[in-house]
Amino acid sequence: MLCDICKKTEATVHLTQIVEGKILKVDMCEGCSKAKGVQDSAAFSLAELLAGFAPAAQPEEAQAEGPGVQCPTCGMTQADFKKLGRFGCADCWVAFEDGLGPLLKAMHKGDRHVGKVPGKAAHTLVINDRIQELSEHLQKAIRGEQYEEAAGIRDEIRTLEAKLKVA
Amino acid sequence: MNLEEFLKSPMEWVEAEGPQRKIVLSSRVRFARNLRGFAFPGWAKKPERQRALEAMLPVVQHLPEMERCFSTSMDNLAALDKQVLVERHLISREHAARNVGSGVVINDGETLAVMINEEDHLRMQALKSGLQLKAAFKVLDKVDTELEERLDYAFSPRLGYLTACPTNVGTGMRASAMLHLPAMVVSDQINQVIQAVSKLGLVVRGFYGEGTEALGNVFQISNQTTLGEREGEVIERLNKVVLQILDHEENARLSLLEKKPRLVYDQVGRAYGILTNARTMSSKEALNLLSLVRMGVDLGLFPPDTQRVMDELFILTQPAHVQKAVDRKLTAEERDLCRADLIRGRMKDLAQPREDGVEPPTGGQTKIV
Repeated sequence: MLCDICKKTEATVHLTQIVEGKILKVDMCEGCSKAKGVQDSAAFSLAELLAGFAPAAQPEEAQAEGPGVQCPTCGMTQADFKKLGRFGCADCWVAFEDGLGPLLKAMHKGDRHVGKVPGKAAHTLVINDRIQELSEHLQKAIRGEQYEEAAGIRDEIRTLEAKLKVA
Repeated sequence: MNLEEFLKSPMEWVEAEGPQRKIVLSSRVRFARNLRGFAFPGWAKKPERQRALEAMLPVVQHLPEMERCFSTSMDNLAALDKQVLVERHLISREHAARNVGSGVVINDGETLAVMINEEDHLRMQALKSGLQLKAAFKVLDKVDTELEERLDYAFSPRLGYLTACPTNVGTGMRASAMLHLPAMVVSDQINQVIQAVSKLGLVVRGFYGEGTEALGNVFQISNQTTLGEREGEVIERLNKVVLQILDHEENARLSLLEKKPRLVYDQVGRAYGILTNARTMSSKEALNLLSLVRMGVDLGLFPPDTQRVMDELFILTQPAHVQKAVDRKLTAEERDLCRADLIRGRMKDLAQPREDGVEPPTGGQTKIV
């Protein structure tokens, strides 16, 4: 089994923590476990480690010296976010989207909002949401070479996009 | 209204007799909201923060719920006044540290408070007396909907309301109840509760005091997560758990009375004796003694309206409030003198504790013979 962090060395440290009834697992090599400070298991939070996983998903960038991804709107860098633990603006949520999944999953009950939607935006949002969902299906269909199904989904997306323009 | 008028007007949640009030002091719901097109307050430069404040402040002030309100920019508040607002839990410690470019709007009953440019552009809270989480949510939901009509919220269909910190994204909602649990503390059950509750995605922490210290046996229980669950579900879950804790506290009180009635009456009586006679008192001692007398009300040792006085004193004996009462800055020793005077003054018209032989309350109901 390879280390989840560097993805190069054999993993020898296997961590499991239960956070709010959810099991989080990470397998690491000796070097990475030391680098992440996995010594004192009491003070160590897997959720926090997972929070730092964003760079691991893009190994080239993680290893490059420099601040990594930057938010085009407010100028916040990945390094800023790691240091402050707070985003700079709403668009940071898009700019730093890639590593967020595991972080949010470790923190929350789910990784998708199911609560209140602002009324003003609801109509547009529902359609946007559906388009996004369909786009994911479309990609899957194309990968699976289900071209007929893909064409159907594409048409549905076009209809919805037309609706948005009218609104 | 100005600050002096505002502070003089009664705190609605203390005055009102909400459900389960003998154990649940208050229920609180807060939403975090941000605007599209402005950097979050912690990252924005001063001019941008000010522009955001100017965009939000009039909208918040014009809410129908804020018809009679106290409203100010944070740089117009003296340090002591900020501290008074912190002690009333109307603004956060973090917000008290802010100046130009941040503001606050609070209605006269203190049941609705909006911090502008705290960690998020908007942090709004609704407060109700006793256990009324749903009612507090309803109030805040309405306010939020009114604000949303005039402000452009940062919202993502996938992630919900976008916040500065990932721990608040989604609903941006934190619901909490303030519980008075003296019998569970005395009988050493409180840590079990804290642990059990944390498995349900809820957090319990001391309401007064810093860090792990829980003064006055007052605890706050709140939800921890904001993503992947509807607001109503979170509130429902919290409500259920609070009702269970309430049961435990009532049982703990009954069993204390059954096992060691003398000791309980003794502790309450001594607390009353010290509060009404001391000439100097730290805020820590005050909170713990007030807590005992408050429990004594439920045990039938004092008339019911004593509870309201205790709840008021919980707030008025805090350091900034003591200084505000004499309108000048005091050293710690001077504060202790003023605090003792203030408590004696407020308690001088209260009835003394009843003689023993009061029947223990049955079914958790206070019984005044």
